[in-house]
Amino acid sequence: MNVVIVGAGPAGLAAAEHALRAGARVTVLDQAETPGGQYHRMLPEVYAARRPDRIQHGRAEFDRRRRVLAHPRCRWWPGSTVWAFDRAEKRVHVLRGPSDGSGRRRLTLVPDALILATGAHDRTLPFPGWELPGVYTAGAAQALAKGERVAIGGRVLVAGAGPFLLPVAESLLGVGAEVVAVLEANPASTVRKGWSSRPWRLAAHAGKAGELVRYAATLARHRVPYLMGRAVIEARGADRVREVVTAKLRADWSVVPGTERTYEVDAVCVGHGFSPQPELAVAAGCVLDDGFVRVDTVQQTTVDGVFAAGEITGIGGAITAAAEGAVAGRAAAGGTPDAALLRARDRARTFAERLAVAHPIGPAWRSWLREDTIVCRCEETTYGELTRATEDESCPGPHALKLGTRAGLGPCQGRICGPTVAELCGGAERHHRPIVQPIRLGELAARIEGEPE
Amino acid sequence: MSGWLLPRDRDPVGRTDRPIRITVDGEPVTGIEGQSVAGMLLAAGRTSWRTTRSGAPRGVFCGIGACFDCLLTVNDVPDVRACRRPAADGDEVRTQSREETA
Repeated sequence: MNVVIVGAGPAGLAAAEHALRAGARVTVLDQAETPGGQYHRMLPEVYAARRPDRIQHGRAEFDRRRRVLAHPRCRWWPGSTVWAFDRAEKRVHVLRGPSDGSGRRRLTLVPDALILATGAHDRTLPFPGWELPGVYTAGAAQALAKGERVAIGGRVLVAGAGPFLLPVAESLLGVGAEVVAVLEANPASTVRKGWSSRPWRLAAHAGKAGELVRYAATLARHRVPYLMGRAVIEARGADRVREVVTAKLRADWSVVPGTERTYEVDAVCVGHGFSPQPELAVAAGCVLDDGFVRVDTVQQTTVDGVFAAGEITGIGGAITAAAEGAVAGRAAAGGTPDAALLRARDRARTFAERLAVAHPIGPAWRSWLREDTIVCRCEETTYGELTRATEDESCPGPHALKLGTRAGLGPCQGRICGPTVAELCGGAERHHRPIVQPIRLGELAARIEGEPE
Repeated sequence: MSGWLLPRDRDPVGRTDRPIRITVDGEPVTGIEGQSVAGMLLAAGRTSWRTTRSGAPRGVFCGIGACFDCLLTVNDVPDVRACRRPAADGDEVRTQSREETA
């Protein structure tokens, strides 16, 4: 069996490990130069860090995990972009070379089974001024701090929803930034209700409690306030962010009038959870539920021979992703995942369910928007234009909406605004991108190389 | 104040720095090998290097290649995501506007 795995994060690496154990030949591809994905983001090899464990959680576990890439039956292809999947021929189209470069090598693979572990990126809800330079996603702040040791600014506010904001704040402090506050939009009552019912069911994630305590201690040591039920509702500045306005929120995320507070900052990072990156699964013809790839008990998608694991099947963090990857790897290699693997996967998924309940997106966030608030960053489509188009009878359905307002037609192809536009305008999110990643015309015209030995 | 690269002597990870230099619209910018083009520009105090259709400034937003806000031209190849591209010594980077490549 030849198994191709797209993505070398926790899900992809666990899938590789278990596919190898089941006797398969494995190829692991990732766009990045180093394995680990966003969770185990590594410092560049050339930094030759002597003590990388000082910033990388679970370093020992990651070192164990990444060893699979050196297995004699495993090929590791960093710097590889999978830009299309041909359903008829089950052919995986790959570009190898510098990101967005010209003249990358164009290769194809025809695997017996394909495992998609493409992960997620930050979901950020729009608010007035979110397009200003100096406003970043939480993931960007984390990637730059952990992956390069670059601080995005001197005085930074961290805001949004979910436990991910805590490691982001810690990473910012670690590169010498001042974190003025960490704001969780959900009030304490929502968060408590979500996490604390039947806590024993979270046993698979016992280590998380210790992690939370450590974050709390770090914030306290640096005197960073952690406030719940408060959000960034506006960023201000002419050429770049200079200040942000925060406000107290009710449980539905509507603003409590008169609670606004302004912070002077030179950077702000915001994350309201994550959006899956299902482009390849869609290209393969997999059915999605609410944006996530539908999988059966052994992580097989609705397409025969195509498996999915990790954040594209539901946002559940690294432990859940690895547990799903293990099952997918075993099954894709033609093996039968044993009961212990399946049980571990099911237990891990409890975390995903809790996360969704404890850190929901409140529906009243749209009350932060103004007529001229940009929703689609690429095409600068405003909230006003979108609502007018939705009410216009000559503009029925998402397709006409897109053509009429250009929302989702810019360079990112709706990756950022897609879920937001779908929520604001009704209708299902559309993921019809035959090309998964951009490819240059010269590269498209280039000769295809077959599978190299 | 803007972004910076944590100085090596204050970094507990104990890294080795190999200095590199690129140019941005002809102006020299220094950094270290392993940094992305975006990381180098941020650390050099720049927050934007692209303009949109309306002329608004943009730089990094998502930092992992999803948003395409940080596009710039590297060695005459346009539309390179600065956050995904490791910088190489001698790279000639140009800022770009949406009109230019439309």
